[in-house]
Amino acid sequence: MRPYRGLAIIFGFYALGEFTSFALNLTIPGSVLGMLFLLGALLTGAIRLEWVESEAELFVRNMSVMFVPPGVGIVTYIGLIKSQAVPIFGALVISFVVTLLVTAKTVDLLRRDER
Amino acid sequence: MNPLGITLTLVVFYLFSELHSRRRAFYTNPVLLSIITIAVILKWFGIPYGSYMDSAVILKFLLGPAVVSLAVPVYKGRDTIRAYSKEIALGIAVGGTVAILSAFYIAKLLGGSGEVLLSIAPKSVTTAIAIGISEKIGGIPALTAVLVILTGIMGNAIGPELLNLARVRDRIARGLAMGVGSHGLGTARIILEDELAGAVSGLAMALNGVFTSLLLPYLIEILK
Repeated sequence: MRPYRGLAIIFGFYALGEFTSFALNLTIPGSVLGMLFLLGALLTGAIRLEWVESEAELFVRNMSVMFVPPGVGIVTYIGLIKSQAVPIFGALVISFVVTLLVTAKTVDLLRRDER
Repeated sequence: MNPLGITLTLVVFYLFSELHSRRRAFYTNPVLLSIITIAVILKWFGIPYGSYMDSAVILKFLLGPAVVSLAVPVYKGRDTIRAYSKEIALGIAVGGTVAILSAFYIAKLLGGSGEVLLSIAPKSVTTAIAIGISEKIGGIPALTAVLVILTGIMGNAIGPELLNLARVRDRIARGLAMGVGSHGLGTARIILEDELAGAVSGLAMALNGVFTSLLLPYLIEILK
């Protein structure tokens, strides 16, 4: 078990993504850029899957707990949520239903054409 | 930096994860239950969010490398992506755009304030990416985090039932809709009934995260 190589690659690509986002003043989060760079490196063979696989899967499997601290920040916005409850929850529910059904029906139509 | 905030987070999350593994249901979602519990504890003891976050910030920092790590499941799913490239591209382009525009405009129509519109626009993508987008475009990342989780819970709770009502039986269409519409929590549900739909859903989630982070910041400039 030598996780250092995998961790170094993952943190290195994160740093590269953050640096690129900052240097080029992009609105894309550095983490997403880092993911695209790592994906590119895997596809071209510059990075081998087994170098990062188990460390990456550890991160992906345990991502949920990382949402808790930013989520708790909601305590700072209780007043805003109360005063904006209708737009927030109305948009949340309607947009979810519309997105789910429009996506499903669009792909379903494409599939029917092909069959 | 004190170790209490991170300890509290780990203890609470561990207990709710145990509950969730015993009773797998959308209402035992450990993330949402942990957020509510810790918020209540902070309020009871009069602890300001800042001093909690001072310690819990380590966990939040790890979201960056976690998003980078999503490259691995996408890479491993490259054959599925190739096999269904047309469906995936269409589903994400249409679904990802509809998700942003519908959330933004419905919230606006119902009288939402500017920061609410910016916080709700990325609500369909996986939490880590949504938080990053929200930060970048001037939304409230904490509000986005909670809205993303609530969206996932809806997908987990009633997604497949809604698709049944709409008579969508195609497995690829079902998987794409769940992944684009309700990210990881939707994927977790659909994979229980169909492995192929689940795999497509997981890929759709990751790719929609990338698509939305590329599109949303520029779209917002036009919408604003």
